[in-house]
Amino acid sequence: MKLWLCVLAVSAANWLMKAAGPLVLGKRALPPALVRITQLTAPALLAGLIVTDLGGRTIDWTQLVGVAVAGVLNLLRVPILPAAAAGVAATALVRLASA
Amino acid sequence: MTGSGRQSFARGLRLGIGPGLATGVLALNFGAEARARGWGMVAPVAFSAFAFSGSAQFTLLSSLSGATVLAAIVAAMVINVRYLVMSVAIAPSLRGSRFARLLQAQAIVDASFVAAHDEDDRYDVWRLIGVSVPQWICWTGGTAVGVLAAPSPDLMHRLGLDVAFPAFFIVLLIEEVRRSHRAVAACLLGAAISAGLLFVTSPSYALLGAAVATLIGLRRRPDEAVVVRTSGQRR
Repeated sequence: MKLWLCVLAVSAANWLMKAAGPLVLGKRALPPALVRITQLTAPALLAGLIVTDLGGRTIDWTQLVGVAVAGVLNLLRVPILPAAAAGVAATALVRLASA
Repeated sequence: MTGSGRQSFARGLRLGIGPGLATGVLALNFGAEARARGWGMVAPVAFSAFAFSGSAQFTLLSSLSGATVLAAIVAAMVINVRYLVMSVAIAPSLRGSRFARLLQAQAIVDASFVAAHDEDDRYDVWRLIGVSVPQWICWTGGTAVGVLAAPSPDLMHRLGLDVAFPAFFIVLLIEEVRRSHRAVAACLLGAAISAGLLFVTSPSYALLGAAVATLIGLRRRPDEAVVVRTSGQRR
């Protein structure tokens, strides 16, 4: 019962937070300052996601190798899926070699 | 759905395959961990289907065993405050009736939000939904597989699958910072804030702190001032 209460409460909160924009703003345009802030939401949160993914508990250098491989391949214009797959493969290979 | 909407949706589906696979791997972890903590088989899968949020689900999973029910729920909700920010950002780009816009907003998740971001700083709603569909299927399906198969964390680690998400995120970030110098500044500041917060709090709150970096957008860009002055002169 306690578990299902938590599941439903967190799910409902999630729906409301995602609905907050259209609920509060409707079809009105955002003020210019808010537009500039929202333009920066994606890069700021992505940077936070990467930092917290890689540095959450301890820093695992084999993860850094995989992420670096994916990033460099993307800079060389390799599409997203092969670049990320190569990053995963690089980390697996490094772990295999260092085991 | 119009012809261009169909094209956007199809493009979104293609873009969503990569993050979807990474999501599936993470969901395997969630399902296996939830089963190990005595959540049973139905609740974890239902939670993934309803909430569709890795950060909130992992937070509840870890905090429920050590905190009170209320504290665990609040922690899981606070983690997702970033969806509120994303929802406000995307609201002017949503289409149709109020109910339709509320439904469209439910497709917001990290990878979809970024993939739907257009050059003109609007968001393509059908692309957003297209990217989210494979992720939702993989998230819910992956949780079910994790609950049933309970793969060992050691095997997942040896296959390098824990790198799937950060590898996708670095590729998406490179696309974002190509847009402007301000995006580069927001990225660096967000990373620095998160890294600093990791010393004093959990990764979930450190991630939330990265949103503070967006406040550099309060300062007007020099080119915006020029546009305003020029239009004033024309009048």
